[in-house]
Amino acid sequence: MTREITLSKAVNEAIAEEMRRDPAIVLLGEDVAEAGTPFKVLSGLVEEFGTDRVIDTPISEPGFMGIAVGAAMTGLRPIVDLMFGDFLYLVMDQLCNQAAKTHYMSGGKLKVPLVLRTNMGATRRSAAQHSQSLQALVAHIPGLKVAMPSSAYEAKGLLKTAIRDDNPVVIFEDKLMYNDKAPVPEEEYLIPFGKAHIKREGRDVTLVATSSMVQVAEQAAETLALEGISAEIVDPRTIVPLDEETILRSVRKTSRAIVIDEGHQSYGVTAEIAARISEKAFYHLDAPVIRMGAMDVPVPFSPALEDITVPTAAGVVENARRICRGELVHAA
Amino acid sequence: MSAARSKKKHNTDDYLRMYRQMVRIRAFEDNANQLYLSAKMPGLTHMYSGQEAVAVGICEALTPEDKITSTHRGHGHCVAKGANFREMFCELLGKEEGYCRGKGGSMHIADQANGNLGANAIVGGSMGIATGSALSAKRLGTNHVTVCFFGDGATAQGLWYEVMNMAALWKLPVIYACENNGYSEYTKTDEIAAGSLTARAEAFGIESFRVDGQDVLAVNQLAQRLVERCRKGEGPFFIELETYRYHGHHVGDINRDYYRSRDEEAEWKKVRDPISNFGNWLIDQKIMTADELVAIDKEIVSDAEAAVKYALEAKYPDVREVDMHVYAETAAWGETQ
Ligand SMILES: Cc1ncc(C[n+]2csc(CCOP(=O)(O)OP(=O)(O)O)c2C)c(N)n1
Ligand SMILES: [Mg+2]
Repeated sequence: MTREITLSKAVNEAIAEEMRRDPAIVLLGEDVAEAGTPFKVLSGLVEEFGTDRVIDTPISEPGFMGIAVGAAMTGLRPIVDLMFGDFLYLVMDQLCNQAAKTHYMSGGKLKVPLVLRTNMGATRRSAAQHSQSLQALVAHIPGLKVAMPSSAYEAKGLLKTAIRDDNPVVIFEDKLMYNDKAPVPEEEYLIPFGKAHIKREGRDVTLVATSSMVQVAEQAAETLALEGISAEIVDPRTIVPLDEETILRSVRKTSRAIVIDEGHQSYGVTAEIAARISEKAFYHLDAPVIRMGAMDVPVPFSPALEDITVPTAAGVVENARRICRGELVHAA
Repeated sequence: MSAARSKKKHNTDDYLRMYRQMVRIRAFEDNANQLYLSAKMPGLTHMYSGQEAVAVGICEALTPEDKITSTHRGHGHCVAKGANFREMFCELLGKEEGYCRGKGGSMHIADQANGNLGANAIVGGSMGIATGSALSAKRLGTNHVTVCFFGDGATAQGLWYEVMNMAALWKLPVIYACENNGYSEYTKTDEIAAGSLTARAEAFGIESFRVDGQDVLAVNQLAQRLVERCRKGEGPFFIELETYRYHGHHVGDINRDYYRSRDEEAEWKKVRDPISNFGNWLIDQKIMTADELVAIDKEIVSDAEAAVKYALEAKYPDVREVDMHVYAETAAWGETQ
């Protein structure tokens, strides 16, 4: 049986199901208990699992991140709620110097099975410190896995896998998608890491898109179809590990690729994926690989400015048209 | 045998173990220093010599199930928590048989089997880990106590105040043990720490203690009491231990007159050496004779030398190990689709 539920509900269900299954799982974060987070994603969990397992913390991101690392090393399986992705900067030492390296530095003796749930996404009129998409920052660090769900279905399946994984996993939810509904099975399911999903099949151009950019790619593909351009959409679902094989297979077929992610374009997720395509499928390409990330500016507040900083369907359509016609997107 | 005699016997064993463990740390460090000076050790390392009574006094109050987190100056904690010379020297030399297969080195030695969750090269970096380990003890009912070792310099890290706050709110079984050796790198503690350290912990409602970190019995008695109280749910606690490091900040810090006088160093070594003071006490109490202590020292020195020899000849990890252990193998996620 499948029903339509919101991404927020999908996350809540994933956590509740896993907490019922495994008593070692605890939730830590600011206002996670009675308040159920500012986004109300965790509502109802404290009523079922109590304050021993759904733990409200002070506003001490490095502190509770560090506590989660130590707890994970000694038998608990913490899920940390980081209220905004922008606060990643505050937990970087505990996440990147401690959690990510402990297994390696101990020669495989210690494990850090924890999940850091946080969010991303601009155009919520929240300005520069509450709008960033910082997945590239953590994807750069060996030892961390990074998941980017593109709908309620992925949000549930990827989160359940993240909770069962024995490594530190960072999962980014797009905060503009919390109320978006998608069909989600009633039965239990998990989505494996490192396995991309072909969201739409096509012949002429591959759109590799993450998180909410999958919706942008879908809108673009509809428009392109009317013009006779057939776009294939690949959703990597996890950027670490990355299912390079599926991406390359698609590009070898279409000979063109546009990579879309909401993080800043420079040194970003789009750059990494585009580079791999160029290195490994170069002789199959009929056009340069195009990156579409957020503009390299702090996210502005004014709607008039903010909306032009992120990739849009219209922008994807325009770039796809050009590379399919053999025109240059960037001057040679 | 009368109850009194069996108690005495028991104490004698404890005293001897403490003496041996302190001598083992000193012998380990003398050899590590020698390895550095003779250019046989990759990188630098931080000597624990002079601070032995802290690690030993505290770790002797712990069981192997109890946890510690350690620092860049971590060899002493590692030995005191039960580690072997061989695996430790192998780790310092980057050999395959090291505790971390050569991937951690001096500043990241971890010996999980004995409850050592690891040294840490980020000053204050393990304060969260120790507190999290205490959260595990409380949630999982394992009853283990965690001791978080750190230096005076680490009290300047904000993380400590965040985790102390949570440890106090949640009544966690953790002991924060600050080894105040008077210096952080090349700077005197007085210049970096305002007010009183114990008052800082007390501000969170955490019972705090100051103890002579050169007196192994005083440290051990306090640690035993606090570990017991932690097990009864009365933690967390804070201890400030007054101590001194004999060497430079690291093995390469040799010309250090500009921040610390030779007279000061000589004075601590002469008057407050934890090993010779405890050894003299054992002789005064007629628990051991001077000859017996010398025999113990000799045996330990030759153990250390044998371990060094072994480690020097041991093999390096195969280059194929370079990308092993980046990620833990997850047994199974379960059914996936
Ligand atoms: C976060 C951080 N800052 C700076 C350093 C460099 N550093 C290494 S040890 C040290 C001094 C630490 O002093 P203390 O905590 O008193 O320990 P001690 O060396 O005296 O044992 C410094 C500044 C570091 N490793 N980590
Ligand atoms: Mg110091």
